[in-house]
Amino acid sequence: MEMDAKAATPPESTILFQDATYSVNGNARQVIIDCISLEIHTGETLVLLGRSGSGKTTLLKLINRLLLAQKGEVLVQGRSTAQWDPIRLRRGIGYVIQEGGLFPHFTVAQNIGLVPTLEKWTPDRIAQRVDELLSLVGLDPREFSARHPHELSGGQRQRVGVARALAADPPILLMDEPFGALDPVTRAELQREFSKLARRLAKTIVFVTHDLREALVLASRIVLLQAGHIVASAKPQEFLQIDHPEVKAFAASLGSFSHTVTDTVPGLHTIPGALA
Amino acid sequence: MSPWQFFSGHRAEILEATVAHLTLVLIAMAIAISVAVPLGMFIVQRPTLRNTALGFASVFQTIPSLALFGFLIPIPFIGGIGRRTAIVALVLYALLPILRNTYVGLAGIDPAVLQAAEAMGMTDSQILWRVRLPLALPVILAGIRTATVITIGVATIAAAIGAGGLGTFIFRGVAMVSDAVILAGAIPAAILAILADLLLARLERRLKVA
Repeated sequence: MEMDAKAATPPESTILFQDATYSVNGNARQVIIDCISLEIHTGETLVLLGRSGSGKTTLLKLINRLLLAQKGEVLVQGRSTAQWDPIRLRRGIGYVIQEGGLFPHFTVAQNIGLVPTLEKWTPDRIAQRVDELLSLVGLDPREFSARHPHELSGGQRQRVGVARALAADPPILLMDEPFGALDPVTRAELQREFSKLARRLAKTIVFVTHDLREALVLASRIVLLQAGHIVASAKPQEFLQIDHPEVKAFAASLGSFSHTVTDTVPGLHTIPGALA
Repeated sequence: MSPWQFFSGHRAEILEATVAHLTLVLIAMAIAISVAVPLGMFIVQRPTLRNTALGFASVFQTIPSLALFGFLIPIPFIGGIGRRTAIVALVLYALLPILRNTYVGLAGIDPAVLQAAEAMGMTDSQILWRVRLPLALPVILAGIRTATVITIGVATIAAAIGAGGLGTFIFRGVAMVSDAVILAGAIPAAILAILADLLLARLERRLKVA
């Protein structure tokens, strides 16, 4: 369980956006990310918050070079993503998406063991690592290793998705609305567990969400995006005090959200930090 | 003469024709698969080429089979009387279902799965061999199954251009106005089609995961 204590990341393991601009097909009229500069520190859990279409997923994809900035640079561990071999870069970055993006034809063990397999670990070492990770995300290896993704619940799939991203012990973890498709109860459960896990793992985590409540629970820093710009950046405790219309808009959504949810799911409002 | 009498009197001949028929089908299917599957993989990302290729393959499906055999006879190299021409025609018929299903199977994969594969640092060829093809395989196989059943039926007409097979009995029976002789060709052909269908359906089910 304490396996990641050794994985204290080197100080240069940060992500740095320098005037990064991304537009669809280089078209100046479809700018998604507009000249963003942002430093992401080693070991922090940075939550990118924003509405749909604000550019948060695009920003995430610039980090593991699923997309390349047309202007400016994105540095990962001190080197521009344009200079990285994309395969090597991505093997060192865990990636979790909504519904997990698990391979439906692989078992849970094969899914989790994929990157180690690509990295040519020995089968023994892979099997041991898979067991370790399943326990880490709260699934019994004996019960779940041989299952296929369609034999899992949404929450279990998401846990496997997290385990898979951690498999080769990457210093960076990117998460794109990983809990977005879950029911509110399972969602809150996973948020709580993941927040504990994140503190223990000491990884640099970039987490995308449109849910302020989730951001408040998980983040060590919240960055708010609006139409391809950063409009606010603050610790969760200070975030709601920021005087910006978009922050206020999100704060308002929190109000209506807590109303409807506490009405229908009593007890959910007791999650630490959920309603700040 | 009852069909049964004809069957027992010509057992060796019927068996020989069945083997010839099956050989014709297997050769045609092997060629069709090795053309249509790579072509389908190639056209997935290329919309213009995709429409051309699928349109081209559809044209052959619309030509009545007897006419297609007739058209091919005068063409040099691939034409003439005999098995070679028949195989060319059968391949042309089998292309569309395999091509279309290869395309549909590959295009129908959840984009999130492909993005996850890319984000995990898989190379293009690893994604193709370990993710895309295995996931598309049940659909591709369904196309191969359809094509095989069609080919077994169409191959009976190949006898009209001297390619042999079970169609020989059917044409002879039509000429002799003998149901027994027609059935000597038709029944084994039907059995072959049913067996091929069952066998490939079973394989397809085994490959399907979800």
